[in-house]
Amino acid sequence: MNIKDRNKILALLEKDAKLTTKEISVMLAIGEDDVKKEIKSMEDEHLICGYHAFINWDKAEDDKISALIELKVTPQRGMGYDSIAKKIYEYPEVESLYLMSAGDYDFTVILKKATMREIANFVTTKLAVIEEVRSTSTHIVMTKYKEFGVSLADGKKDKRMAITP
Amino acid sequence: MRDFVCKKIKNLKPSGIRKLFDIVNEIPNVISLGIGEPDFDTPWHIREEGIYALQKGRTFYTSNSGLEELRNEICEYINRKYNLKYDAKNEVVVTVGGSEAIDIALRAIIDSGDEIICPEPCFVSYQPCIIMSGGVPISIPLSAENDFRLTATQLEAAITPRTKALLISYPNNPTGAIMELEDLAPLVDVIIKYDLLVITDEIYSELTYEGKHVSIASMPNMKKRTILINGFSKSYAMTGWRLGYALAPANILKYMLKIHQFGIMSAPTISQYAAITALRDGDKDIEMMREAYNQRRRYLIDAFKEMKLSCFEPYGAFYVFPNISEFGMTSEEFSEKLLKEENVAVVPGAAFGECGDKYVRISYACSIDELREAIKRLSRFVEKLRCK
Repeated sequence: MNIKDRNKILALLEKDAKLTTKEISVMLAIGEDDVKKEIKSMEDEHLICGYHAFINWDKAEDDKISALIELKVTPQRGMGYDSIAKKIYEYPEVESLYLMSAGDYDFTVILKKATMREIANFVTTKLAVIEEVRSTSTHIVMTKYKEFGVSLADGKKDKRMAITP
Repeated sequence: MRDFVCKKIKNLKPSGIRKLFDIVNEIPNVISLGIGEPDFDTPWHIREEGIYALQKGRTFYTSNSGLEELRNEICEYINRKYNLKYDAKNEVVVTVGGSEAIDIALRAIIDSGDEIICPEPCFVSYQPCIIMSGGVPISIPLSAENDFRLTATQLEAAITPRTKALLISYPNNPTGAIMELEDLAPLVDVIIKYDLLVITDEIYSELTYEGKHVSIASMPNMKKRTILINGFSKSYAMTGWRLGYALAPANILKYMLKIHQFGIMSAPTISQYAAITALRDGDKDIEMMREAYNQRRRYLIDAFKEMKLSCFEPYGAFYVFPNISEFGMTSEEFSEKLLKEENVAVVPGAAFGECGDKYVRISYACSIDELREAIKRLSRFVEKLRCK
């Protein structure tokens, strides 16, 4: 399949993973078998890495918070950052981990939502004690306005009149 | 007391969607496929420009024909899209939506009793506007067999010595039909032969899914006998900004401007500033919306095929116009029953002209999730009717 069609499939799935292969095939005018085959191969390549529900946890009733941590580290000779990264991302508490290009820190760690106590505990007893970590700076997310391209602040309400010519 | 209201207005038929509109508002959880405007918000960079204009205090009248900068951009755009050159000084007027442009075009050309040919089904305001201008609307009923395209034979048969102009709109609301180059060419011959003017409402031009939109104004020898109307509502999702424009030869535009000047003064200033940005930087927005509409269009057409609902394939706008005559109901009966039994709102085809009564208009200016649910309800409804 050409790159353009492949990207179209990805764009649709990224927005709505619940679309069936039949629906994708109809919407893009690509044969359903081709769509199936392409999705399968993108899954095999780990280009599509999963299908998740997008949840606004702030609406679920809990007292958990999100935290983002900036980590400064000392890279290891011959290993670069990869081995340090592994020591961090293997923790189930870590939701995302990015190596950053510039600035005064190296890694951005985003933690799964947890209580303040759990976060403090994780940072001090797990992250800060990793040998190569020189410093940590923890930020608490106060309000999420937008995530995965969806605005969380605005409702879904249709502002149009129900029938217009 | 005397009856003060003018007879001409009293005798105008009320809009065919009013009744349904009242029922819809009584029912909760309606999925409306009856909306004739984009579901997208106006792109943020365009809204931002409107906000900026407000902050800068750009809240005064503009010149009657509109901001010079905007007229320049309009001419640039039309040239880029259709290879048509208009003079920004004398051949453009910025109007309050395409609607005002239609109105002033008709008023500028109609002498009492002049006939204006208007193929149906068509947008609800054409015929009333013709009548209000003192003209006589002559309808040509179009049919799905011809893909709702106007043929030269049909046009020629409708022409009388009183015929002054032809009023067309492609891509079409409500049918979704388009006219391609080879459909327009034979029409042009008839138009020139009988020395007619054409008013062409191309408000949906950017929403063409197969091939490129062709403006009749760009056909040989047609520019001088064409009033070209377009606007921002559909292409940039700017309905509430109320902004459109008309392009016409200076000797006609001059008189349209006269009506606009006395009746309107100038189009909303803030909207005009936002529109400049839309024309300059809005191509990617159009692209994104067109792709989304096209996906939904294919989705609906496929669903109708599965339902075995007779429907010609529309290539433009955001409507499909399936034929419901197999159920032995008028379009209004069908729409009302569908609304009451399945909470799905569609617009009866009769609202767009008598010949539309075999059809209903379904808008796909809504999300796939809504379409999926609406299709489920519609096919249940259709099955029920067929089992009777």
